Amino acid sequence: MIRGAIASLALLALVGCANNPPPKKKAAPVRINEDPYPSTYHAYPGTLTVIRGATIFDGEGGQIDNGTIVLADGAIQAVGGADTPVPAGAYEVDGHGKWVTPGVIDVHSHLGDYPSPGTSSLSDGNEATGPVRPEVWAEHSVWPQDAGFSRALANGGITTLQVLPGSANLFGGRSVVLKNVPARTVQGMKFPGAPYGLKMACGENPKRVYGQKGGPQTRMGNIAVTRATWLKAQSYKRKWEKYERDGGDMPERDLAMDTLRGVLDGKILVHNHCYRADEMAIMIDLSHEMGYKITAFHHAVEAYKIADLLQKEGICAAMWADWWGFKMEAYDGIKENIPFVDKAGACAIVHSDDPNGIQHLNQEAAKALADGRRAGYNITDASAWRWLAINPAKALGIADKTGSLKQGKMADVVLWNGNPLSTYTRPDKVWIDGAMMYDAENPRIRPVSDFELGQPGEGDVK
Amino acid sequence: MIRSALAALLITAAAPLSAQSVAIVGGTVALGDGSEPIQNANVVIRNGKIVGAGYNYPVPRDAEIIDARGKWVTPGIVAGFSRLGLAEVDLSMHEEEGAGGSQDTAGSADDSTPNGPFSAAIDVVPAINPLNTTIAVNRADGVTRAVVAPNAGRSIFAGQGAVIDLGADMDPVTARRRFQFVELGQAGAEHAGGSRASAHVLFRNALREASELQRYAVSVSSNAIPEQGEDPVIKDPNESRLIGPNAKRSEDVMLTRFDAAALVPVLQGKQYLLVHVERASDILQVLRLKREFPNLKLVIVGATEGWTVADKIAASGIPVIASAANDLPASFEQLAATWSNVGRMRNAGVKVSIGMIDDNDTRYLFNERQYAGNLVGLARVPGATAVSWGDAMAMLTSAPAAAVGLEGQIGSLKAGRRGDVVIWNGDPLEMTSNVDAVWIDGVKQPLETRQTKLRDRYRDLTPNTLPEAYRR
Repeated sequence: MIRGAIASLALLALVGCANNPPPKKKAAPVRINEDPYPSTYHAYPGTLTVIRGATIFDGEGGQIDNGTIVLADGAIQAVGGADTPVPAGAYEVDGHGKWVTPGVIDVHSHLGDYPSPGTSSLSDGNEATGPVRPEVWAEHSVWPQDAGFSRALANGGITTLQVLPGSANLFGGRSVVLKNVPARTVQGMKFPGAPYGLKMACGENPKRVYGQKGGPQTRMGNIAVTRATWLKAQSYKRKWEKYERDGGDMPERDLAMDTLRGVLDGKILVHNHCYRADEMAIMIDLSHEMGYKITAFHHAVEAYKIADLLQKEGICAAMWADWWGFKMEAYDGIKENIPFVDKAGACAIVHSDDPNGIQHLNQEAAKALADGRRAGYNITDASAWRWLAINPAKALGIADKTGSLKQGKMADVVLWNGNPLSTYTRPDKVWIDGAMMYDAENPRIRPVSDFELGQPGEGDVK
Repeated sequence: MIRSALAALLITAAAPLSAQSVAIVGGTVALGDGSEPIQNANVVIRNGKIVGAGYNYPVPRDAEIIDARGKWVTPGIVAGFSRLGLAEVDLSMHEEEGAGGSQDTAGSADDSTPNGPFSAAIDVVPAINPLNTTIAVNRADGVTRAVVAPNAGRSIFAGQGAVIDLGADMDPVTARRRFQFVELGQAGAEHAGGSRASAHVLFRNALREASELQRYAVSVSSNAIPEQGEDPVIKDPNESRLIGPNAKRSEDVMLTRFDAAALVPVLQGKQYLLVHVERASDILQVLRLKREFPNLKLVIVGATEGWTVADKIAASGIPVIASAANDLPASFEQLAATWSNVGRMRNAGVKVSIGMIDDNDTRYLFNERQYAGNLVGLARVPGATAVSWGDAMAMLTSAPAAAVGLEGQIGSLKAGRRGDVVIWNGDPLEMTSNVDAVWIDGVKQPLETRQTKLRDRYRDLTPNTLPEAYRR
């Protein structure tokens, strides 16, 4: 805001001097505010907390039996075995028979953009008015009163989620990473310091939506429009870099190109909806051609066919455990997709894309784990938990802040009432930045959205 | 697939083979009747039927012995509500702008008829393709039978549904025209022109038109009707061609003759009427239909808000097939949604079973056991209402069978039931457990699917002397 005001002043000054030619020296470049809707999230107060006796999955593949974890000042203070030193005066939680994991991270959600109730008036997830809409930002559609956030917290142990625009468009717009903490405004939920993402899509959806609306109508059309758009973005980037270096007349700003330039500058991460192996391979070449990096393929139903390529390129695959066949590009889905990608050494992620699925990503991981083991890939429970923790944190660019139980990281922690890879298990308590945001034992520590107040079932167990 | 299907056909045709007994011994056996699992128990199948099951159940001398020690044995899962076999790919070629529009799926989906002239007369059976990959994938995960309903197309009446088996053969039908399916909630309002009130008037008018035709109904017990012209031989009481050409109708009819005729068995109570409603007030309206039309054999499908009127549903004796996993206010008819819905209805005495009344109905029936496990797990959530393990298993097996009157045939390991048996390598309500073996009508089933073949083709990505296309 302040920077913008200065920009206006500078322009006015130029106009004012029109009759009196300025010296040859060009005006200094004005910096564009890259964070005009800043996070106002703050951690809620927590108390010094110790959980003892639990089985701990640290989110990076490690397991500690009879473990101890200490939370204070919003951060993880210590994680270790039974002999871990514990500060005096801590609120003690008995973890015997229970499990402790990092909070679950869903890299693919539309909560708030396609909220409950699913009325057309609240359906704000796809700006399906043109195939290239990188100027739209998912956060500007997020309705914080979506009851789905509370279900994701209480049933799924979700502490962080990425809300993406839908996949109708080749360029769907910017995503936003949220802390799963209720707030009056979306700014109040924004994960501080998380980079933006760009939602891209290949395959059936863009051509289905735009095939009769001016195109693209084919996969080759999808790629052609995508390439042409990146060429424009490169040109925009050059123009702005020159201006930022040399000053002079400010080039016209283009919100769509701002987003794409952010990708080319490595500041915005690409989340590419793509199902088929052959299409992912084309998108990889396209990214090389245009000079950007694909952070993650989302849905990636055929990732198992190119797991080696994904490993080589360092691209994550965010996948379902068992969705398949609901459309042609999902026809070759197999239940071993997630474990096979993991086995190849690539970054495997369990994602939801669904307000119900986000409530049991732990069980989705369990299914994938079991199917992987049946196919001969023997990994530990704790190792499978990476698919819900450090791997999605990497894909969101926040692995230095959350996504595993390491000293100094955000105290985003779930205490489960049993092994979280069981269908019988649910969160017992959830802490976000060290504040207890859900407690199964205490109906007062359970969020109820404005929408649900005064409705049947208000405040019920869900 | 085709080869194994043919193989299975041959086995079925060769009757003496199925006379052989199979004894599954030493497993943890759940009968599916609501009881808790029995350790170290045997299950005996003969002539395609269950002979019996239990601790130390006698094993016939000539039986093929299957060692199930360390395994779990259950009746096959009966998908309580589904569209199995109706769609290969739900969305393949065109869709009207945006999501959820009517679909032209290029012949791969037959679950809905938005543009056809008929409604209640539609019989889902000709649309069922037993070679759909959805059948094989669900069979490989222990689903052996399914209640299959058409989607409502141009009317509140979707048509007549069937109960099918998931066997690898070309004879899927267990019970044809078992029920009529009607929408009387939000979807009913949409199909009736915009309001629930209109849906209820349409419903009553349809039954009025059916009652006019009822007088002309051909007696089913009469076998003397020659097959000629429009008077075919009628043996099925739910046959929509039951009404001959001489039947007189009022001038103010809205239904086609076939549609009205199809509702005669509903009116007579010879065919179940599955009614989809979610909202509490809609459920109460359905309960009142019973007073107005005492012969209706009603089953409520959905009932997300059922727990709020559970005592009234229980008193009516009407069974409920519910989606276990509804806990969001996804619409204004599901505001009271909670995971505890099923348990609370069960505790109030409602006959509850589990189905998929949502987008998952074409292919994800294998996840019913996951949701049943979730219901059991609620026991550890303060304030929530769980169901027992035995009840949860029954809700996947005998309870949906009973809802459509087939509990004497399928859904449990009691003597005389069809030989639908699954061996699991662990607790079947845990998704970490997998299927070891499946029998349907006593026939051991192939567990190979398109998915397992793709898995095996790509499990090793090391380059070979020939491309992947040569691996199978």
